[in-house]
Amino acid sequence: MTTTATRPATRPTKKDDGTRQPRVISFSQKLSKWDLKFSPYLYISPFFIMFAIVGLFPIGYTAVISFMDWDLVRNSGEFIGIDQYVWILTQPHFWTALRNTFSIFLLSSVPQLILAIFIAAVLDRNIRARTFWRMSVLLPFVVAPVAVGLIFTAIFADNFGLVNTWLNGIGIDGIPWHKDPLASHVAIATMVNYRWTGYNTLILLAAMQAVNRDFYEAATVDGAGPVRQFFSITLPSLKPTLIFVIITSTIGGLQIFDEPRVFDQFGRGGAGQQWLTIALYLYDIGWGQWNFGRAAAMAWILFVIILLIGLINLFITRTLVRDEGLHRELTKRQARALGKAAKKNVKEEASR
Amino acid sequence: MNSRALRRVGLMAGVATTAAIVLSGCAGSSNPSPSESEGEQNFEGVELTLATFNDFGYTDELLAEFTEETGIKVVHNKAATSNDARANFFQKLGKTGLADVEAVEVDWFTEMMKYSDLVAPVPEDLKGRWLDWKEQAATDANGNLVAYGTDIGPQAVCFRADLFEEAGLPTDREEVAKLFPTWDAFFDIADEYVAKTGKPFIDSANSVLQGLVNQLETAYEKPDGTIVATENPDIRAAYDTVVDRAVPISAYAGQWSEDWFASMASGEYAAMLCPPWMHGIISGNAPDITDWDVADAFPEGGGNWGGSYLVVPANGANVAAAQKLADWLTSPETQIKAFNSAGTFPSQPDAQSSPDLTGFVNEYFNDAPTGEIGINRANAITVSTYKGEKYFQFHDALQNAVTRVFDGVEDKETAWNTWVTEVSAF
Repeated sequence: MTTTATRPATRPTKKDDGTRQPRVISFSQKLSKWDLKFSPYLYISPFFIMFAIVGLFPIGYTAVISFMDWDLVRNSGEFIGIDQYVWILTQPHFWTALRNTFSIFLLSSVPQLILAIFIAAVLDRNIRARTFWRMSVLLPFVVAPVAVGLIFTAIFADNFGLVNTWLNGIGIDGIPWHKDPLASHVAIATMVNYRWTGYNTLILLAAMQAVNRDFYEAATVDGAGPVRQFFSITLPSLKPTLIFVIITSTIGGLQIFDEPRVFDQFGRGGAGQQWLTIALYLYDIGWGQWNFGRAAAMAWILFVIILLIGLINLFITRTLVRDEGLHRELTKRQARALGKAAKKNVKEEASR
Repeated sequence: MNSRALRRVGLMAGVATTAAIVLSGCAGSSNPSPSESEGEQNFEGVELTLATFNDFGYTDELLAEFTEETGIKVVHNKAATSNDARANFFQKLGKTGLADVEAVEVDWFTEMMKYSDLVAPVPEDLKGRWLDWKEQAATDANGNLVAYGTDIGPQAVCFRADLFEEAGLPTDREEVAKLFPTWDAFFDIADEYVAKTGKPFIDSANSVLQGLVNQLETAYEKPDGTIVATENPDIRAAYDTVVDRAVPISAYAGQWSEDWFASMASGEYAAMLCPPWMHGIISGNAPDITDWDVADAFPEGGGNWGGSYLVVPANGANVAAAQKLADWLTSPETQIKAFNSAGTFPSQPDAQSSPDLTGFVNEYFNDAPTGEIGINRANAITVSTYKGEKYFQFHDALQNAVTRVFDGVEDKETAWNTWVTEVSAF
């Protein structure tokens, strides 16, 4: 900020000086010139250097390892081309894991976001003890994932779990939480929702509060009810925030690991891979079988999947949730067409 | 200070900070120079690190005795679980950062044998200290013994006397022991129990699979590296036995679940296959039950489950001193002391004649002579299963197949075929 502010002030003086000064520029002047040019980059460089060391380098190194048969202990590997990728893509477990990941992702993200928008809309109203309610929705987020896992393991245990004990109490057979894929996905999605709904609620609430209150007043005057106001004002204004929330929950949802890991005592996704997710499979290949070549290939596949899904999500969100600004930002052709129509109208009026 | 000077200071500060961060980022990789090799037998003032997990029974007092004898100080690091120790071990093996003496559990011992050249071999004169099969499992392709055995897990049968009585079975541990000479006899008794009470007889079907596989010479791999998993008729037979006979009489597919822990006290089943270290788990989870007992029997001989080794990483700073420590810790005398404090059953024949062990009775199990029983069970083990580097993966996948049948997710043949496709990808 400061550099852009000082720049216009220094430039004219430089021009004046240029005619009078000798050609040789003193070192101190050079230094101050460099200072202007390079300091901003230097100031922000620590972050980027750290990022390069702990972010970019591992990503690149993972790519290198993914083309090798890597031995972690001897720290050496043999280049084998794309074999690791081929191996992963031909594993039935991989496709099961992909199915599970998407199933859990959809079962968690969709209800989670709908619920979060609803709760945020309620909290956005004038209610008593506002801060209390707002803080309470965030409370589950403070609980560590593994602790959430422990609590829900007790709730979803097959024989003596809370849910199944209740169901048996009212004469219904217990749900096979650890046997049926869908049941296990619902259980895991519940853990995820428990933790993340409040977090998303708060973000959406903040966005809702930034919406200009005049819109609502005008809408009320025009006779729009709360439901109409919600769909026509609140939801369109949330678009940028919704995109953010959806993309973060996509990334989180596709990398889901903690919850399925603690869902049973072995942490390998069940005897029939009922709740094996991509991240869990990756961990098992890497740290269970010490096959880092395959694990690295898997990490890259996961990266590409997340990228793809993120883009698809962005696209869908853009088309589904319409911006209120769309009416203003007309394309040139639309503007021309509108202008023509108006002229025509005027002519018709005049000729009549 | 004018603004330009201020900016210049800022520039310098920026450069300095950046340089410092870059330098510190690189500093981590420089290795500490290995210390000079020690004089022959004088280890005075040397400090060693020892890394174990769970409870090996190596108390501070015990290590203090070693320091007194040799002048070597020992720092003991305990990992919480064997899995933590495993992750740490393989990440650092062959590099720096491992303790001078590391504990290795039998479950991942086979993985370590692949890197047997990275640990210092056990001196020749110590060979013969351990049970044959314990030593055999730790001998690499070149005939080097590479690990110092600590404890073993000779399995016996634990049973609930009250539940046996209800089903009309004998309750005296001597008589119960006579019930299980073979697996067939074991399953016949189990069927009888299930028919009479309508309740499962044992805790888990996969514990039977474990027992059966541990009685085979060849399981999934041959010592020369050929994989026989899917063609080995013995494995198929074990799978058939487990699915046909063990699944119907078991309460659970596998162990270690919430429900499984809770069931030790609930009386859901009447018997368990149990190595000595299981005694503590039973008494810990069912402290109010007074009817658990141990029978000196295991179908068709013996079976070992669990146990550990100590290894000395070859690139440590004080290999000679570390070998001395491993030698001392696994000596019969020390191992008896460890048994007294943690119940780890010694793997040394000499330790098994010690009155501390032979006379040991377990109060919780109605004063069962668990020391004597352990010795008998250890002597009954005649077969040492060859476990290759992928043993754990094969066995885990087969256990999953049994679990799928148990859960009713797949039938017997489908589960077997799934296992065959699964392991062919290894």
